[in-house]
Amino acid sequence: MLAYIVRRVLYAIPILVGVNLITFVLFFVVNTPDDMARMQLGAKRVTSEAIEKWKAERGYDKPLLFNAAAPRGAKLTQTVFYEKSVRLFAFDFGAAEDNRDIANEIRMRMWPSLALAVPVLIVGLAVNITFALFMAFFRATYLDFWGVVLCVALMSISALFYIIGGQYVASKLWHLVPISGYAGGFDAAKFLVLPVLIGVLAGIGSGGRWYRTLFLEEMSRDYVRTARAKGLAESVVLFRHVLKNAMIPILTGVVVVIPLLFMGSLLSESFFGIPGLGSYTIDAIQAQDFAVVRSMVFIGSVLYILGLLLTDLSYTLVDPRIRLQ
Amino acid sequence: MPFLPFPLFTDVLLWLLMGAIALYVWYCSRKPHLGAPWARVFQSRTAAICAVVFGCYVAIGFADSLHFRVRLQQAAGSEGTPYSPAVLSVLDLALTHLRERRERTYSAPLATRLYAKEQFEIDGKPVRDFPRLRYGGARLQDEAERPRDIAARIGLGLFVAAFAAVLIGLAVKRLRRRRPQIPWSAGGATLLGVLAAALPVLFLSFEYHVFGTDKVGQDVLYQALKSIRISLIIGTLTTLVLLPLGMALGVMAGYFKGWIDDAIQYLYTTLNSIPGVLLIAAAVLMMQVVIDRHAEWFSTAEQRADLRLLVLCAILGLTSWTGLARLLRGEALKLSQLEYIQAAHAFGVADTRILTRHILPNVAHIVIIAMVMDFSGLVLAEAVLSYVGVGVDPATTSFGTMINAARLEMGREPIVWWSLAAAFVFMFVLVLAANLFADAVRDGFDPRVRMGFVPA
Amino acid sequence: MRLRITLILLAFLAFLLSACGEVWNDPYPAQERGKNILYSSFAERPKHLDPVQSYTEDEANFTQQVYEPPLQYQYLKRPYELVALTAVEVPKAQVVEGGKFTIYEVRIKPGIRYQPHPAFVPENQSLSGQAIDRLRSPYDLALGTRELLADDYIYQIKRLAHPRLHSPIFGLMAGYIVGMNEYAQELRAADRREGWLDLRQFPLKGVERVDAHTFRVTLNGSYPQFVYWLAMPFFAPVPWEAEKFFSQPGMERKNFTLDWWPVGTGAYMLTENNPNARMVLERNPNFHGEQYPREGEAGDRKQGLLADAGKPIPFIDKVVFSREKESIPYWNKFLQGYYDMSGINSDVFDQAVRVPIEGDAAVSPEMQEKGIQLSTSVGTSTGYLAFNWDDPVVGGSSERARKLRYAISVAFDVEEQISIFSNGRGIAAQGPIAPGIFGYTEGREGINPVVYDWVDGKPQRKPIEVARRLLAEAGYPDGRDARTGRPLVLYLDTVARGPGDKAVFDWTRAQFDKLSIQLEIRATDWNRFQEKIRKGTTQIFRLGWNADYPDPENFLFLLHGPQAKVRSQGENAANYVNPEYDALFEKMKNMENSPERKRIIDRMVDIARHDAPWIWGVHPKDYSLRHAWLANNKPNNMARNNIKYLKIDVAKREALRRQWNRPVLWPLALTIAILLLSAVPAVISYRRRERMAARPAS
Repeated sequence: MLAYIVRRVLYAIPILVGVNLITFVLFFVVNTPDDMARMQLGAKRVTSEAIEKWKAERGYDKPLLFNAAAPRGAKLTQTVFYEKSVRLFAFDFGAAEDNRDIANEIRMRMWPSLALAVPVLIVGLAVNITFALFMAFFRATYLDFWGVVLCVALMSISALFYIIGGQYVASKLWHLVPISGYAGGFDAAKFLVLPVLIGVLAGIGSGGRWYRTLFLEEMSRDYVRTARAKGLAESVVLFRHVLKNAMIPILTGVVVVIPLLFMGSLLSESFFGIPGLGSYTIDAIQAQDFAVVRSMVFIGSVLYILGLLLTDLSYTLVDPRIRLQ
Repeated sequence: MPFLPFPLFTDVLLWLLMGAIALYVWYCSRKPHLGAPWARVFQSRTAAICAVVFGCYVAIGFADSLHFRVRLQQAAGSEGTPYSPAVLSVLDLALTHLRERRERTYSAPLATRLYAKEQFEIDGKPVRDFPRLRYGGARLQDEAERPRDIAARIGLGLFVAAFAAVLIGLAVKRLRRRRPQIPWSAGGATLLGVLAAALPVLFLSFEYHVFGTDKVGQDVLYQALKSIRISLIIGTLTTLVLLPLGMALGVMAGYFKGWIDDAIQYLYTTLNSIPGVLLIAAAVLMMQVVIDRHAEWFSTAEQRADLRLLVLCAILGLTSWTGLARLLRGEALKLSQLEYIQAAHAFGVADTRILTRHILPNVAHIVIIAMVMDFSGLVLAEAVLSYVGVGVDPATTSFGTMINAARLEMGREPIVWWSLAAAFVFMFVLVLAANLFADAVRDGFDPRVRMGFVPA
Repeated sequence: MRLRITLILLAFLAFLLSACGEVWNDPYPAQERGKNILYSSFAERPKHLDPVQSYTEDEANFTQQVYEPPLQYQYLKRPYELVALTAVEVPKAQVVEGGKFTIYEVRIKPGIRYQPHPAFVPENQSLSGQAIDRLRSPYDLALGTRELLADDYIYQIKRLAHPRLHSPIFGLMAGYIVGMNEYAQELRAADRREGWLDLRQFPLKGVERVDAHTFRVTLNGSYPQFVYWLAMPFFAPVPWEAEKFFSQPGMERKNFTLDWWPVGTGAYMLTENNPNARMVLERNPNFHGEQYPREGEAGDRKQGLLADAGKPIPFIDKVVFSREKESIPYWNKFLQGYYDMSGINSDVFDQAVRVPIEGDAAVSPEMQEKGIQLSTSVGTSTGYLAFNWDDPVVGGSSERARKLRYAISVAFDVEEQISIFSNGRGIAAQGPIAPGIFGYTEGREGINPVVYDWVDGKPQRKPIEVARRLLAEAGYPDGRDARTGRPLVLYLDTVARGPGDKAVFDWTRAQFDKLSIQLEIRATDWNRFQEKIRKGTTQIFRLGWNADYPDPENFLFLLHGPQAKVRSQGENAANYVNPEYDALFEKMKNMENSPERKRIIDRMVDIARHDAPWIWGVHPKDYSLRHAWLANNKPNNMARNNIKYLKIDVAKREALRRQWNRPVLWPLALTIAILLLSAVPAVISYRRRERMAARPAS
């Protein structure tokens, strides 16, 4: 098992190098270092000397990927790509182009993101499973049919509508919660109620339907028939047996996304003014802040790979028949 | 010729796709084993209803995909025939009355007056009031007649719809006799419902702005109808990019195993591990730069916007083939262990032949299901991407740009709700129909296929 | 199960009720209620708060409250007038060596003290790495202060040439301040790239200390506009202690830099700095004191702007800026009373993605009922459409191109643009110079005869037929080239900002459509747009200019040939050249305002109107909407140090906020009822099923 984990971690390295390369190429095809300098130096009265100075200071005056002028052996290392990427692997993100420390920023923005994403995941899971159990219990009745239709209808509404509508109705018309903003500690609750509710509501459609299929699949198994034949009440069958067994695919499905919760949610965060990580990256793309884009993509991929690893491990935990080698 | 056909890239692809689908339908009708799942699909009433609704959208989308340029009058002493630089579609032509009636600014649905007070003069005296619209209800002498006029137009529409009902009824009767297993009556009823909604709107639209006008006075109904084509293109052409990639790489990985499998797995894990929106945003911005730097490639703005749309589809395809590839890899792995394929190997059948004869046909149902299921997700994604600013060209009308613009209107006092409402209704119906149809297709082909769902 | 959910919901509601009192949607902590706090917002996180680098107006909202340059603009008077801030008086130019140099001697008031700051406590200059690591804010340390000296101003002027800082005005100032270029070279050679570079060791020739409270700046030649720069934070004092304090190792990693934590003598000090969410300014206890101005513009008294004349300022204890990226939440919060005022961000021309708020020109009845008031004043900026002078179709001085430009200028209905997109908050421009600036002519003489007629005492745009005729004269009857018969297609470059764009594009196309000209809009991002302008690959493009100082030179130089963008990277983006105009510009540039100068300016404006290198667009009005409880607010485009003048009636604000934000509870009750009701069919169905006998397998 340990060997397996080590191998997976080693396997992650080429992936991270690849991710880094892709980010780098995509970013610098769009933006030249000159563009970045202009963006940082502002619009008025920018001279070319100032741009050269800015680039030299930050090491963007070197060739991007291949330095033909450098001595042998340093042709690949004396480049922007190499110098900017190597430190990432030690999780040293350095400073953003506006001189704010990235690691510091991430630590600050992580909590609001989690404060939004974790409740959405947990409440969402609870609501979805309840709703799915409900539909599974009443399968093949009109309740099930309309439940599924409701799910599909909820799925067919763009997330933008949920947010725009929810904000308009709950905050503007009914004055129930603040329209946007965030505060630390317990004060966060009043800001988070609406985004969490909207996040949950937007997820019911696809989630409820998905879990319903899982439950139905589980209910077609032999042990369920045996339990029914024993004369157990349908509710007992459902809650004691089906739910328990269906938890395996549900939980392993959830484990994948847990690390990614750190990345936050782009739409909710910007509409509700929550200073999390989701909007950080988009802001950075718009501000052409390469240091931030690079770091966030790197963290994103690390978390994704971590999620995959956790999934594999969770399989072995819930199902002893699976062995990792 | 009074006009010059001017097919855009997406037009051509869309029609080619249409042709391919027609070919497939014809092929299926000849092979009963291929036709059977489709027959099962269309036994469902939901599928029939959705197919009709979807068909209406497709009809509008395709009418909007026949582009041309109008010929201008030959100037004296000049050579060559000049054509107008404006590219129009058949739909534009049919909706000329909506397209050309631009008001000054916002007006509410079916209104006769603007939504904002303005300073103007009546009999030489300056008044501050809501001015009458240039076109909306302009023919009415007295605004008090408006409710009657509207009722009359709706009545006329319903009357024509009732007439159509008879025709539909007859057609349904005849069709039912030929193929009794298909729920014709459900389809017919839906068509009738669509007509009963569309015809009154049509008759109203000659005199009013049924969904109001936007900030610069353009008809919102027209914009909603124009958005349909964009949605269809994003929903279908993206899969066109995604399918070959996902199929080829997924099946190859599962079949050849070894280093090919490793390489392909590496590729899609890497792509997958980059946060999706970022990848798309970066790629879209990149191609925008390319398009900006090569303004000379395009003779009209439509072409530029069109290429941007096409590239957007390509990028969406390039970033989302991984799910399908993984699914197919697993399937191919399973299939390649089966006895008959092992046997084919033993007989020395070439790999390409095994792939095309045995593996591909056996994963075809997954591909079809994936294609249908992806559609609605892509349509929804367009709106979100436009919000982030990496969607379609900002000058193109799409549901995303409509919602985005409408977002700003929600802050006005009094609120301007109709753009958002129109986008909501048209988009909701389209995605709902697509989703329900996709469900029916999945049930018909293979109810056990699990398409990716990510919680939260 | 259901019951439990209901109970949890109810418990949660009870919690909410107890936590929020009577108002549920207050975005601010309960302990701030009833305090003398001004609530404002910011859209973009500031990039620089160092006065040497900061140049955007968003940043000025913070820096100008903290930093005090020697001069400031009188708060109420229009046209703008410079008055002393820390200086004793506005310095006069002294010409020496027959005009070869000009000297400005600035005398500052003695006894002004800095805000409390750790840099003034000597022990804090040598902190251990651990101690720095533990800090949450620089203000956790012991605080000290000291008197403001002339040396601090000199230090800051030297910082303009600092090798590790990027001052946007270094290039400009190096051209004027004696010895600045050599100084920058000297510093570059001496810099060790790390730690503190003590600029006191290096004298700068053009800036000298006369005594503890007087310093002298020597300029090459004459530059009358220099005094305006003395009212900008670029010339605010920076104590060397602060620079030394922040250069300690470990500070930068904690984001403790002068770029993020300004140190000044102003009425406020920045005590909380979280650019993602919240910035807080608190009253500077050491503030030297200032009085509310006693004089104002005509009409100011009637509006109550002089009610506090002569009283000591500031009135407000604390200012909380919250970050609002989306304009709709921002606007709605203003309507709910959670922001005290709302104004357009005048950076609209800049790269800011912010979309103007949708309000109404006049205050709507609903808003009137709430007591919201609107104040407008014409800003010192201009938004225009430029024709690239180097373009073969629309550019150049040929008759054909000029007539084409005339035709487009007439057809482009600026008045409609103002009414649709700016809700009437703007004035159609008649030339490059904005109103309120010397050289702007009001009334009949001031109109642009190419586009306007004077009808019934006001300018009226010429009818579209005139534009069509001009177009025909230019050789494009009905929008088609008479020689080839081809339709005329023009290209407009612009920056795509966001969701509001489509409407603007559609409208712009409709303007050209009136002449049957096909307009193709090439929208792109800010960088690409700048690149195109730099390379001159544009045809028509949209741009704007925000004046640095209220002098006509700051507008007329936008058309000065030698400053053309393509040829010399200047600010003349249209690349317009006219020898006569250029000669007059050189003459006008260094003159004091006088009838003679006015005559030259009039001639220059006439030339520009005749050549029409721009569609003279809009001078947007600055406006601000404010609630009834906020007093002394007057929009000011030149300076952002307005917070010290504002006053809040806290009790009134509390009462009105409470009245406007009563929670509507029935929908909550209804939702719960519906949830409960939806359980009924489930229960019925459940009962039926439990009682059901065995059924055939499905």
